[in-house]
Amino acid sequence: MNGRPAIRGGLRLDGHKSRPLTRPILAVPAPRTAILALDQGSGEPSQPLLDPGATVRAGTRVASGCGASADLHAPISGRLREYATLPTANGPGRCLVIEGDDRDEPDPALAAIEWRALDADALLERLAGGGVAGLGGAAFPAAGKLALARAAGVEWLILNGAECEPWICCDDALMRERAADVVLGAQVMLAACGAARATIAVEDDKPEALAALAAALAATPDAPIEIRALPAIFPLGAEGQLIAAVTGREVPHDGLPPRVGVVCQNVGTAAAVADLVSRGTPCISRIVTVSGSGVQAPANVQARIGTPIAELIAACGGYSPERSPERLVAGGSLTGRPLASDSVPVTKGLNCVIVAAAGDLPPRAAEMPCIRCGDCAAVCPVALLPQQLHRAAQAGDAAGLARFGLADCIECGCCDYVCPSAIPLTARFRAARERSRLHEQERHRALEARERYERHRARLARRAEEERSAFEQARRLARGDGTTSGPGQDSGRSRDPDRD
Amino acid sequence: MSASTLLPAVGAAAGLAATLGAVLGWVAARVRPDPASLVERIDALLPQTQCGQCLYPGCRPYAQAIAAGAADIDRCPPGGERTVRDLAALLGREPRPLDPRYGTTLPPQLAVIDESRCIGCALCLPACPVDAIVGAPRYMHTVIAAQCTGCALCLPPCPVDCIAMVDVAAPAATATYHAGHA
Repeated sequence: MNGRPAIRGGLRLDGHKSRPLTRPILAVPAPRTAILALDQGSGEPSQPLLDPGATVRAGTRVASGCGASADLHAPISGRLREYATLPTANGPGRCLVIEGDDRDEPDPALAAIEWRALDADALLERLAGGGVAGLGGAAFPAAGKLALARAAGVEWLILNGAECEPWICCDDALMRERAADVVLGAQVMLAACGAARATIAVEDDKPEALAALAAALAATPDAPIEIRALPAIFPLGAEGQLIAAVTGREVPHDGLPPRVGVVCQNVGTAAAVADLVSRGTPCISRIVTVSGSGVQAPANVQARIGTPIAELIAACGGYSPERSPERLVAGGSLTGRPLASDSVPVTKGLNCVIVAAAGDLPPRAAEMPCIRCGDCAAVCPVALLPQQLHRAAQAGDAAGLARFGLADCIECGCCDYVCPSAIPLTARFRAARERSRLHEQERHRALEARERYERHRARLARRAEEERSAFEQARRLARGDGTTSGPGQDSGRSRDPDRD
Repeated sequence: MSASTLLPAVGAAAGLAATLGAVLGWVAARVRPDPASLVERIDALLPQTQCGQCLYPGCRPYAQAIAAGAADIDRCPPGGERTVRDLAALLGREPRPLDPRYGTTLPPQLAVIDESRCIGCALCLPACPVDAIVGAPRYMHTVIAAQCTGCALCLPPCPVDCIAMVDVAAPAATATYHAGHA
């Protein structure tokens, strides 16, 4: 790069990627029982389509996506056993359990797609039907994102191969071994979103991946695709940061990348698109990095969605007998989440499992008070002041949190990493965000209740008024009868000033 | 010091005081807080359960009473400590503990009708301040859980005591995780 740094702030971290990358991608056998979480990581569950007892083949659609969730397909052939709430990487969630029949038959309806013959809308529909979701971790449906981009008329597709987390290397392995699929996926996505050009952005600490991509690109010289090597700085792989580094454009804090003419997809997603168009295989497997000193032989593994991660660890030689594992982490060491058990299944958003033994991840030091050194502000890639946010969070000051830009935090964990007082800042911000979301929900409910209360009172008042006027009318009628029937009026009525 | 030097100084000071006083008086009259908007802002902080535990017939009447200085800010058990704190901040007062005479703060509540025991008398329908109960005479009633504010006002009119208040499971907050550093 020229003099300008690729991104603001950030960290240069030592990688722990060499051990898994010494081996080729390992295929994990199809699981006996597959556990498909209805929420694959995007936060919104898919809608199940089949009843328990239904027979499925590998690739049969079992749940349909809605909004932020993609279609789900059976990863193995067998029988849909039940729906149950089971532990997943994102906490307990509804899962669909498929009992395998060991035959692993693909669904006969699956076929390759003649994508060059399809128009963009038909292609987007096929991508949605293939359940392709953001394999970088967000698991947002790729077709939905591309459709949004198409509607906004983006001109630039960026493929994210900047795998900046120090332990994750599944995209690196994928680019080394399946670069041609990444390029094919990029071509299909260009056709689907209508962008004029694509950039595959890779950090410059992955020379093998860059070479493989260059070789694959040489085979398709007419594709408007370029490769860009970027400096390895965490969190370059975050969407907004990558877009800024590649294009120099900043995504507005209240907008999405199409606002600046860009759409971003992960290289893994591109390979999944290639699988779909060239073989008809929907998104039923992904590459996961299994790493850490707690596992015998770290590797990148190709595993079916729904495989319990215990089977991934077993495929990598099992837990290490010498270095007893201390913690299981899903995702990277900075942005990942601890796993309670190894029974959780692989989801589309799961890129890495760290089986951490002592010494892999620094021990959690005791938290000390903030000394306001400002180190966190220097590394924050979105230019926030974490120390001020922390102060506001401690005081429960919602207005202060909003003023200091809590909504713009990308939860990258850089501030935690540099904090000399070992304050778990990101976790605090995440919790504060959750609280403010719940509070917002409560306020919304309260407003609704007030509206209903006002309507209720208005209705009661109207009914009382109606009853009163009906009574008045009845009384008037009665008085009319009384005056014609003779002089039997009481004094009260004669005093009544009411009109006749 | 002679009177001739003292008089202009006193006069100038008096004139200044009079002018500033007039300006202050005018400003005070001009920017007097609009009582209606104050009620509005207080009401916006109240939980809108319309439960009447404050002994006013709803959140808005209570807001009016607070604005008029007739009621203190410690009478709203459903709002709890947070509402007291927000009200105190709005009104520039010291927060204070809730007055236990008006009830204690409970976790979010929901009315549930035991439908097998409901006789369809319809007495609970007008009692619900937010019309969250559906039913008709001689037909079973039920509570729309999403609309119920948990005010418990439907309990007294029920002749067969088939309505119960249950705790709403608080929406599961995402676990506060901290994966550690590389």
